Amino acid sequence: MSNREAMLTKLAELDAEHATAVAGGGERSVARHRARGKLLPRERIELLVDEGSAFLELSPLAGWGSDFTVGASVVTGIGVVEGVPCLITAHDPTVKGGASNPWTVKKIFRANQIAEENDLPIISLVESGGADLPTQKEIFIPGGRLFRDLTRASARKQPTIALVFGNSTAGGAYVPGMSDYTVMVKEQAKVFLGGPPLVKMATGEEADDESLGGAEMHARTSGLADYLAVDEHDAIRIGRRIVARLNRSSRAAGAPAYAEPDADPEGLLDLIPSDLKEPFDPREVIARICDGVSPTNRVAFDEFKPLYGSSLVTGWARLHGHPIGVLANAQGVLFSEEAQKATQFIQLANQSDTPLLFLHNTTGYMVGREYEQGGIIKHGSQMINAVSNSKVPHLTVIMGASYGAGNYGMNGRAYDPRFLFTWPSAKSAVMGPAQLAGVLSIVARAAAEAKGQPFDEEGDAQMRAFIEASVEEQSLPFFLSGMLYDDGVIDPRDTRTVLGICLSVIAQTQVEGTDRFGVFRM
Amino acid sequence: MSSTIHRLLVANRGEIASRVFATCRRLGIETVAVHSDADAGLPFVAEADLAVRLPGNSPAETYLRADLVLDAARRSGADAIHPGYGFLSENAGFARAVLDAGLTWVGPAPASIEQMGSKIAAKRLMAEAGVPCLDDLDPATVTAEDLPVLVKASAGGGGRGMRIVRDLESLSTAVDSARDEAASAFGDGAVFVEPYVERGRHVEVQVVGTPDGVLVLGDRDCSLQRRHQKVVEEAPAPGLRDEVRAALHGAARAAAAAIDYRGAGTVEFLYDAATERFYFLEMNTRLQVEHPVTEAVLGIDLVEAQIAVAEGRPVVERDSSPVETNGHAVEVRLYAEDPGLDYQPQSGRLDTFEVPDVDVRFGPLTAPGLRLDAGFGSGDEVGTHYDAMLAKLISWAPTREQAIRRLRGALRRARIHGVVTNRDQLLAVLEHPRFLTADLDTGLLADEDLAGTGPPARDRTLAAFAAAVGRAELTAARRTTQRGIPVGWRNVVAAPTTTTFTCRGEEVRVAWYGPTTAGRDDPHRTHHRLVDEQAEGAYVVAVSTSGSEARVVVEHDGVRVPHTVHESLGPDGDTGRYDVEAPWGHLALETVPRFTDPADQVAAGSLLAPMPGTVVRVAVEAGQQVRAGDPVLVLEAMKMQHTVSAPADGVVGLLPVGAGQQVAAGEVLAVVEPTHPEKEPA
Repeated sequence: MSNREAMLTKLAELDAEHATAVAGGGERSVARHRARGKLLPRERIELLVDEGSAFLELSPLAGWGSDFTVGASVVTGIGVVEGVPCLITAHDPTVKGGASNPWTVKKIFRANQIAEENDLPIISLVESGGADLPTQKEIFIPGGRLFRDLTRASARKQPTIALVFGNSTAGGAYVPGMSDYTVMVKEQAKVFLGGPPLVKMATGEEADDESLGGAEMHARTSGLADYLAVDEHDAIRIGRRIVARLNRSSRAAGAPAYAEPDADPEGLLDLIPSDLKEPFDPREVIARICDGVSPTNRVAFDEFKPLYGSSLVTGWARLHGHPIGVLANAQGVLFSEEAQKATQFIQLANQSDTPLLFLHNTTGYMVGREYEQGGIIKHGSQMINAVSNSKVPHLTVIMGASYGAGNYGMNGRAYDPRFLFTWPSAKSAVMGPAQLAGVLSIVARAAAEAKGQPFDEEGDAQMRAFIEASVEEQSLPFFLSGMLYDDGVIDPRDTRTVLGICLSVIAQTQVEGTDRFGVFRM
Repeated sequence: MSSTIHRLLVANRGEIASRVFATCRRLGIETVAVHSDADAGLPFVAEADLAVRLPGNSPAETYLRADLVLDAARRSGADAIHPGYGFLSENAGFARAVLDAGLTWVGPAPASIEQMGSKIAAKRLMAEAGVPCLDDLDPATVTAEDLPVLVKASAGGGGRGMRIVRDLESLSTAVDSARDEAASAFGDGAVFVEPYVERGRHVEVQVVGTPDGVLVLGDRDCSLQRRHQKVVEEAPAPGLRDEVRAALHGAARAAAAAIDYRGAGTVEFLYDAATERFYFLEMNTRLQVEHPVTEAVLGIDLVEAQIAVAEGRPVVERDSSPVETNGHAVEVRLYAEDPGLDYQPQSGRLDTFEVPDVDVRFGPLTAPGLRLDAGFGSGDEVGTHYDAMLAKLISWAPTREQAIRRLRGALRRARIHGVVTNRDQLLAVLEHPRFLTADLDTGLLADEDLAGTGPPARDRTLAAFAAAVGRAELTAARRTTQRGIPVGWRNVVAAPTTTTFTCRGEEVRVAWYGPTTAGRDDPHRTHHRLVDEQAEGAYVVAVSTSGSEARVVVEHDGVRVPHTVHESLGPDGDTGRYDVEAPWGHLALETVPRFTDPADQVAAGSLLAPMPGTVVRVAVEAGQQVRAGDPVLVLEAMKMQHTVSAPADGVVGLLPVGAGQQVAAGEVLAVVEPTHPEKEPA
């Protein structure tokens, strides 16, 4: 199978997983929802965003591999509304009435984090039956952060808008309550702390849905609704008008003119080996995702320190006109030279307030006597120090391998890159599955020897196969994406588009590098 | 009488003013334009050596003001006045005043205008001179056997004040409304009734009366009409036997001779092809709109002939024997009107008006080719104060087929944006088998419903796709954020992007994918792709935008079709019109707004003004019971009266307008609240 065929097979699998997320609660549930004259979450988003604009969906595979529906009953993403990039969340009421499970909560936390870091208005398209009660222990306590995030966003003058299409009850009632602007759809929105049965139980009062939390009531009596929408389209129309008046459209900064990449992005499918043991030249990737040569960009990629630490490529480029610094693994292994080169390069980017792009294909820092004695820990620590304390925005794409501390040094999830996307070819774990199984086997053999027991070769082989298989599975992109360890798995050919959207979002805020890092052990 | 003209004032506007100026320039005569305020920016004003403003806009304030026109002539030092057609051209009082002021009148004697001005009197005169005429009917004694009949304004022209009546009940209404319209348009409410010849052809003969006799300059067929206004004309009239043609010419000569006619005039006949009989309709004592087709086939400049007669010089160096025609000429009139909406006049900015490969503008063709007489150019504002004609396009070729083909090609490739025109209908006419076989009659346009035809379904689908892509790309080019991101891009694909237009009142939905969205293994993944069963696999090969125009090349089934998409956005900068041009012609698409503010929604039963105009009469009062079809009010626009009728039985609720009030298109005129039978007490 050619590299291209292998990648297309993986992409077909990705499409199938995305289709599962799009299908939501399944045909019957979707039909029932439609029969009520209601729109699906993605249809609401389609109407909300500007005609012909892009929508970058985030964490679409959240909950993959768990007992919950892929997508975690909520859609989150970045779309442009009235010319303003916004963070949009939309419950999927076809999945268990839009109830939140632990993955839903994690997905919304991540979306809110993106909104906070990039100063994006948050538009919540609300229709949720509240918490998935059987999993309440994982939701209730941490879930309070949802409302805290909303009001803190407001305190940062980061606008929050709730368009309520249906149920928004109990804790959910605080989403409209905490938002700057609230729109409720007539005869659909239902916003109360306690519904009729709960009220009956608590106080003995007999009340109906409408008087407790109907849209009309909130618009005319309680004042919780700022606008009463006659239907879903109208709610979205009003939502767009609210965004139009946020006085944010002027923030959109036009990047300078640029050229498309010098090499055809289509070639990325041929470039990435199906066997990650085979190295590939990241310059070929850079030439396919960064701006090509133009009068404002006379050289596509200015490589920094090309002769030193050659298994890490560093250099300057532009993407959709936005200047970036690129760090890309070339030969997989990071040595002391590479770590030091990266440290310097990250400092340079902070000096010039330039965002950084990390392209992963690393098996980790070099091990062995020579390297330990050469100070590989010191140098790896320098790199991790630089990555951790750098204040320019970071973008990460996991192209291939991302193992061990290499994942950290190359700005893995724990290092809070603004955005992190994964290619279907990626693998990430503490070490390679075979190595991991082998290490366990050696340790077990040593333990048996120490105890003077015979070593169970057959059992060892079984154990190795099992460990290898499960680690292999857990290091694959869908699994990692399901754990919210990235913001989505993307077609390599879309990398430029995805990063272009991310950089335009990042451009909403000022890029300011730091000169303060932790103590560099010399 | 002999007086050389030095400076000529054209008491008219638009293309006919430009037409007269063109001959004047060739003859060395200086030119003076008069113009209303609305017309100040039009080409004819700029083309004239001198221009005089007539304050105001309505014809009554401007081009119909004989006193102001004479004053303009005096102030500008003009020594002659050419009236063009319409306005004061057949106003004997004006002609007389021009002569009394010592100026040269480029037109017939005032007495001739008067004699032919009253259709009733003219018919009598012609009958006496032996010219065949239709009988006159007394409205009071018309019986069912006489039907159908035609009610005509005696002073009318251009279809104004004309009504076909097919049942006796509506006769009196028709007479009344014809009278009103005639009184309003011509200041003379006299009407008459005559038998209506079904499937009649309109055939006319061009004459030029000189002191030495009447010059007959061939004939024209002007049967293709909408609402009694000519749309396509040709010379010579096709399919006439020589004897019939000779008789026709003889009748025209007799008609002109009977009143000792001087100058250019046209004797119009109703021709019954079935019986090969013709009847005198009227004589137009002026230059006709369609004079260019005669100029082409006879190699004559009729404006020059008019000036020659006015100056007392011989028209041509030959006697008055019949003149041979050479080849065939066809003219189409481009109107700013929507044939799909009952020919509603359209207004707005004419963003583009370009006709390719025109050989001559405003003058006779000297060799077979294409002539354009246009009153408007790119960027001109088209108003609603005057006739909606934008231009005339004339093709002259050795044969009728060649002339039609040439005209069709030019119309197809013409670039007309910003205002809805009848161009597509003209193209449909030029392709229609009945027109091609010269099976003509004045009802053809109405019978064949050419207003509704457009390109074949697949071409339309591809054009709508091109418009959707063009709109998306033009919008993207204006964007200040995410400019380089492919339009409609999605990383998780739920559904294709849909763009909704209306085309001739019909909704057209285009489902498509932007570049690099969906279809991982599709060889055209990086292009915009159409999702449509009729045009499976259609994709955009290339798209580029410049200003308000996008060039979109669509490939389907291995064939590449270039489309030019021209965007005309409304004041909101979002909704608007897309004019798509392809090798097969033109398609206009209107966007459908994504959202409607519920507050803007119109109450059911609202009667909206179909076009901008003036309310002439309100026939009902608020609270009044009306039956479906009852007239509610009469609106006058473009000198035509439109009766707005109750759509259903009901009660007049809101009635926000009164007689004399100006209304804009779409304005609510009245609300008829329907009475529901089931709610009525038993």
